[in-house]
Amino acid sequence: MTEKDKIKTEKITKAAKLESKPVDTPKKRERKTVLMQGNEAVALGALDAGVNFFAGYPITPSTEIAEILAAELPKRNGTFIQMEDELASICAIIGASLAGAKSLTATSGPGFSLMQEGIGFAKITETPCVVVDVQRVGPSTGMPTSPAQGDIMQSKWGSHGDSPAIVLYPDSVKESYELTIRAVNLSEKYRTCVILLLDEVIAHMREAVCLPDIANVRIINRIKPTVPPQWYKHYDENQKYLSPLASYGEGYRFHVTGLTHDAHGFPTNKPSEAAEMMERLRKKISYNIRDLVQIESYRMDDAKIAIFAAGITSRAAKAAIASARAEGIKVGLLRPLTIWPFPDDAVRKMLRNVETVIVPELNQGQLIYEVQRLTKEKSDGGLIPINKVSSELITPNEILSKIKEVC
Amino acid sequence: MANIPQRIIHEYLRHDKKFPHVWCAGCSNGIVLGAIIRAVASLNIDRNDIVMVSGIGCSSRMPVYVDFNTLHSIHGRSIAFATGIKMHKPHLKVIVVTGDGDCAAIGGNHLIHAARRNIDLKVIMINNNIYGMTGGQCSPTTPHNAYATTAPYGNIEPDFNICNLAMGAGASFVARTTAFHVLEMQNMIKDALQHTGFSLIEVVSACPVIYGRLNKKGGAPQMLKDFRDNSIPLSAVEKLPPEKVEGKIIRGILRKEIRAEFSTEYAALCKKTQTAGGE
Ligand SMILES: Cc1ncc(C[n+]2csc(CCOP(=O)(O)OP(=O)(O)O)c2C)c(N)n1
Repeated sequence: MTEKDKIKTEKITKAAKLESKPVDTPKKRERKTVLMQGNEAVALGALDAGVNFFAGYPITPSTEIAEILAAELPKRNGTFIQMEDELASICAIIGASLAGAKSLTATSGPGFSLMQEGIGFAKITETPCVVVDVQRVGPSTGMPTSPAQGDIMQSKWGSHGDSPAIVLYPDSVKESYELTIRAVNLSEKYRTCVILLLDEVIAHMREAVCLPDIANVRIINRIKPTVPPQWYKHYDENQKYLSPLASYGEGYRFHVTGLTHDAHGFPTNKPSEAAEMMERLRKKISYNIRDLVQIESYRMDDAKIAIFAAGITSRAAKAAIASARAEGIKVGLLRPLTIWPFPDDAVRKMLRNVETVIVPELNQGQLIYEVQRLTKEKSDGGLIPINKVSSELITPNEILSKIKEVC
Repeated sequence: MANIPQRIIHEYLRHDKKFPHVWCAGCSNGIVLGAIIRAVASLNIDRNDIVMVSGIGCSSRMPVYVDFNTLHSIHGRSIAFATGIKMHKPHLKVIVVTGDGDCAAIGGNHLIHAARRNIDLKVIMINNNIYGMTGGQCSPTTPHNAYATTAPYGNIEPDFNICNLAMGAGASFVARTTAFHVLEMQNMIKDALQHTGFSLIEVVSACPVIYGRLNKKGGAPQMLKDFRDNSIPLSAVEKLPPEKVEGKIIRGILRKEIRAEFSTEYAALCKKTQTAGGE
């Protein structure tokens, strides 16, 4: 067989074997407003984004996500599997993704900690997948049914070694749906593990949501290689650091390893190749910050005081702002929908324009460190934390009294 | 099958990429690799349909060398990765290569649950009775009284019988052989590849440089000879008095039975949910 024939036959076997299970998503959906939970919205978002593989291990307050997908995925030829633990779950979704699936798992703090080695593996091997972490009070078993925002740093630094993170953080049920789709899309586009942080309260709260028509849901699929198998590089650099991704069983026969590797995916000890790989991991995030970072600016135009808050806490902030504004206090909110990469530019701008920044969060101070990092020239006097780790939410009144204290 | 030429092995290797290999002289891992390739070649399985998955350890370095779809994953979790691959693309033949530490210590939980599900993975556990990659620490299969760097006074723990464990957990194909019995190994792998269901093959193997040296086993040829002399085929066990079986490696297919396989069951479940009529 000549080399040419070989390529030809390989192409043919490839075409014949595209047996990634097709997922039948309905083409249309009746638009009606329904009451649903955040967890339900995550499950529906996953399905609409084309997720066809879920592996997980039950943990409060994330279980509804698994339960809904257990019911829905088989109907669409997708796979649901309850694994023996979280280590297995993250590994199974990575394996499935390498075989071509859009995969997702959902967990909470203790399970999220167990998944960290696998998350690092997904990042170094550039395998798309999504981990939903519905946060609860920690450390350890903590308070399983109570809200906390304690996993902000874990979602960035939980895995060992240097690796950039993409972490999204919704503030409502509807946004849980939207950001789940976005998480899946970004994982496919950037070939990495994307994390969705959810607050327990949002996960279990019911809100009226009108889901969009399926036809209006924007879906991103991983770029597939078009070159003959012999030319394929699993980690080829092109298109702004986004490279095509073949799946097992399509005729490409690539190697994947958690060892530092070259463009073909083979282990290397060469300092130059190691540096190149690490640079690609870093750059594909840092060069695309504009695409990745989403932020909401609420009544900031004339604000003298800013509140910087994410997730459920930002909603208390909005209520506090309404009361403060009624009393003539100029206060606004900056809310990151993407917490990693951190919205440096928007926060710098905020710091330039206001005298005081209040950072309420359901932890002992995590987000505030990032704001502090950007306050270099200013004194820290204008940076005020509100922290709560008692399992209760920060109330609008608590934020309002802090606003009044400083204005 | 015995006369499958050497050329086949070269054809299946990524010879232009990743050689020389990392294994020590006298290591049995290469023997197992040869047997896997010959088994695959003799069955004429399209290499595009094979995924070789491993964890971390010397034995787990195998996937880099073969021209299949390959995944060198993380320590202990190879079976979990393989489960994801198999469940998404059930037509793929998924071979897991793992060590005794990888499979039975850190990965023990995944081993028993994959066996319980009877998912169609072919797990080849290369049992060198020690942690090779990290330099000779105790493993769950280090024999009682044997030496390891973390058992400098002799191992006081009893060792695991992994085949019994897998059978207890529900594996539908379980076999054991040694690195000396190459043809037998090849045939077992071939058998496992044709079996539908969780398959575990334990290959008792030689790590002359670490285990052998620590335990004065006399080098690779001697260790292989010991496998020959200290093992008995399953078929002979019943005819022998118990004292002749004591301490011996029992070789052979210990279990082969037809039982519902997980990815097939799941496909049936999907069908059921789709034809149930109404919701
Ligand atoms: C989570 C984790 N813990 C520990 C290690 C270190 N480690 C690498 S290989 C290995 C043991 C390998 O022994 P075995 O599985 O028997 O394979 P062998 O090297 O003997 O072939 C260990 C403990 C690791 N890589 N990851």
